[in-house]
Amino acid sequence: MDARQLAGGIRAGRLEPQALEEGFTDLHPPYDDHEALVAADRCYFCHDAPCATACPTTIDIPLFIRQIATGTPEAAAKTILSQNILGGMCARVCPTETLCEEVCVREVAEGKPVEIGRLQRYATDTVMAQKAHPFERAAPTGKRVAVVGAGPAGLSCAHRLAMKGHEVVILDARPKPGGLNEFGIAAYKSTDDFAAREVDWLLGIGGITLETGKALGRDVTLEGLTAQYDAVFLGLGLGGVNALGIDGDDREGVLNAVDFISELRQAGDLAMLPVGRDVVVIGGGMTAVDAAVQSKLLGALNVTIVYRRSQARMAASAFEQELAQARGVRIICNAMPKAVHGNGAVREIEFEFTDDELTPTGESFRLPADQVFRAIGQSLVTEGLPALDGRKIAVEGPGRTSLPGVWAGGDCAAGGDDLTVTAVAEGRDAAEDIHATLMG
Amino acid sequence: MADLTSDFVGIKSPNPFWLASAPPTDKEYNVRRAYEAGWGGVVWKTLGEEGPPVVNVNGPRYGAIWGADRRLLGLNNIELITDRPLEVNLREIKAVKRDYPDRALVVSLMVPCEEAAWKAILPLVEETGADGVELNFGCPHGMSERGMGSAVGQVPEYIEMVTRWVKQNSRMPCIVKLTPNITDIRKPAEAAKRGGADAVSLINTINSITSVNLDLFAPEPTIDGKGAHGGYCGPAVKPIALNMVAEIARSPETHGMPISGIGGVTTWRDAAEFMALGAGNVQVCTAAMTYGFKVVQEMISGLSQYLDEKGVGLSDLVGRAVPNVSDWQNLNLNAISKAKIDQDLCISCGRCYAACEDTSHQAIAMSEGRVFTVKDDECVACNLCVNVCPVEGCISMERMEVGATDPRTGKVVPAEFGDWTTHPNNPMARAAE
Repeated sequence: MDARQLAGGIRAGRLEPQALEEGFTDLHPPYDDHEALVAADRCYFCHDAPCATACPTTIDIPLFIRQIATGTPEAAAKTILSQNILGGMCARVCPTETLCEEVCVREVAEGKPVEIGRLQRYATDTVMAQKAHPFERAAPTGKRVAVVGAGPAGLSCAHRLAMKGHEVVILDARPKPGGLNEFGIAAYKSTDDFAAREVDWLLGIGGITLETGKALGRDVTLEGLTAQYDAVFLGLGLGGVNALGIDGDDREGVLNAVDFISELRQAGDLAMLPVGRDVVVIGGGMTAVDAAVQSKLLGALNVTIVYRRSQARMAASAFEQELAQARGVRIICNAMPKAVHGNGAVREIEFEFTDDELTPTGESFRLPADQVFRAIGQSLVTEGLPALDGRKIAVEGPGRTSLPGVWAGGDCAAGGDDLTVTAVAEGRDAAEDIHATLMG
Repeated sequence: MADLTSDFVGIKSPNPFWLASAPPTDKEYNVRRAYEAGWGGVVWKTLGEEGPPVVNVNGPRYGAIWGADRRLLGLNNIELITDRPLEVNLREIKAVKRDYPDRALVVSLMVPCEEAAWKAILPLVEETGADGVELNFGCPHGMSERGMGSAVGQVPEYIEMVTRWVKQNSRMPCIVKLTPNITDIRKPAEAAKRGGADAVSLINTINSITSVNLDLFAPEPTIDGKGAHGGYCGPAVKPIALNMVAEIARSPETHGMPISGIGGVTTWRDAAEFMALGAGNVQVCTAAMTYGFKVVQEMISGLSQYLDEKGVGLSDLVGRAVPNVSDWQNLNLNAISKAKIDQDLCISCGRCYAACEDTSHQAIAMSEGRVFTVKDDECVACNLCVNVCPVEGCISMERMEVGATDPRTGKVVPAEFGDWTTHPNNPMARAAE
């Protein structure tokens, strides 16, 4: 084994550039024309199809697959995008194995669903490659709407509003739009700068102004926005990362998984990105898997996900868990962190076994670690927002908040799964409601 | 393993699977390889009269339609009879027959409608040692424009006349190949019989345009911007061929006349179906052209297994379904069935529901959890749900017991037979005796 991989500590360049490139290649490579036709042929064109019902954006999946099968992927793309303007990204990042493909009748019958996600990507890639924007704006309404957050919810809302003829201004705290699509998804799910390309394409509708580096609460206030605009949509992300709340949480080498993922996504050269030899990721969701798998792909020797409940209760899908394990990530379940040990920097992390009700068993163990990622959830920074429901913005129906003229959707709004596709649906539905409200 | 040895009008072959007169049998190289692969016989691609051979187009000569996964369902061709010199074909036929005496070798012929032309070619064929001749009265393109092929096959009097010439000028068995491009297949078959044919073979290809190029606005296959109709064959034509075979087999005028069944035979099952409807053997082309000569091996093993399982010999199979081919008016209207969906096999795709609800009798209910059930009070047993279901055996037709009440009509299922000929709604009904 290569000495660079065996070297302890957090260091860059553990793998050759070619190995890095191979590791971070497209997780589900795009179909070529032949593959798409073969895959599309498998669709039964079900009545009231379960796949479409399972899709949070209710894409008419049998119709778009039939349109692919008959040689009109452009029409297929329009079917997809009319329901989900981020259909390209959703085709890449949706946990299809727990949504459309899980209920595909061919999954039920044969254990092999129609590969809906990849077909969706085939259709949307076709249209995006043509640089065409398939929708036209309606006549200007003279109404102005502010959208806070250029993530999936905000982009979806903004596009639908612009299509209806409203003027939209999107404000985002980060230097680039895209939200989690740009900063928060494993690199092998969004290759070739897809998130940025998709935003550019989406803005092709016209009527949307993007203002980056504008954070709610720092550069603008909700009060100011409601005074200045006819309506406001809040589609902000979860800015806070939950702490481990144990001794040594602040030691050097203990980091937020979301920051690691974001840094990785923005890195120009992966060979320059440092990673530990012994990496421990704490958590059981997609973020934990994304951080763990990418650590491994950067050349970490030992990567372990530690989750406090049983594996069946991990928020990451079975597919994601298998992906991690296939990449050599070890998953330890029913163990919660007790302390981070080390002299300044982390050296070890101590866990205690628990049962599924999180009752400590008294049995503990330590894992060597030179890098620890916190992936136990993010939280909304709630100052200056409408009324909350728990730790998120309370919404009714299509994203109506406690404040008149203010809607919310995506991760900041209560209810719904924290998925890209759910955020897109919420943004779209709020836009329709905003439109109906503004046009009376 | 069942004995598949076949004797068709005195022509013996180790199995009833022959390659039809077509591109696969155009030359010695192919025919030898076909025999090596296991084919029981071949009908050599049609020979024309002596002289400069015909020419073929130099652009595409085939067109096709496909099913799911691009499975070839129908093939169309505009190829003519052999475009190789007569003497070359005759020499090769002789060589092949000499080396494969146990295999059937029949020679397909097409020469002008003049007795002299037939008198000239028949001795040449006889001299090769071939087992028989097949008269190509079916080819629907190119040759028909010159008064041959289907131009003969569409006129029963010509069929009878030419067949008679052949029988008078040759001692070889004579099979007359029929075109389906006519209204009533029984008429040409009767003509062949009157002319003294030993057998008929059918069907030849069907006039067809397989597709239209929507950029060139021309039929495909397209040659320099134009297309001509071709002859259609392959799995898609099998139902048409089966019906025509059955019509000849059950017609009193032609009943018992040997038939060589042709038209979309792709598997052993297709072959068995043709034989059950009266074909003494089958001829295959498209399956071989799609998958190669090896397909015959599945046909041999499948038919053997079937015969073994049924405990019958090959000759017992021939014509066994013919007595059950009837006319609509003789179907038992008192045989009442209802569709039944096997919930264990159902994958809840809902296609039966969409088909029935949108286009038929609204006889399938869709309930909570995508459970599909048949409404017996609406079901007319049309079978559409069975046909659109993607899972074989999931939906079946179950016959109601005599004495039960049909919830659709409220009437008791009668024990006795009752067809349209005696039905009270039929103004022509005969009084039941």
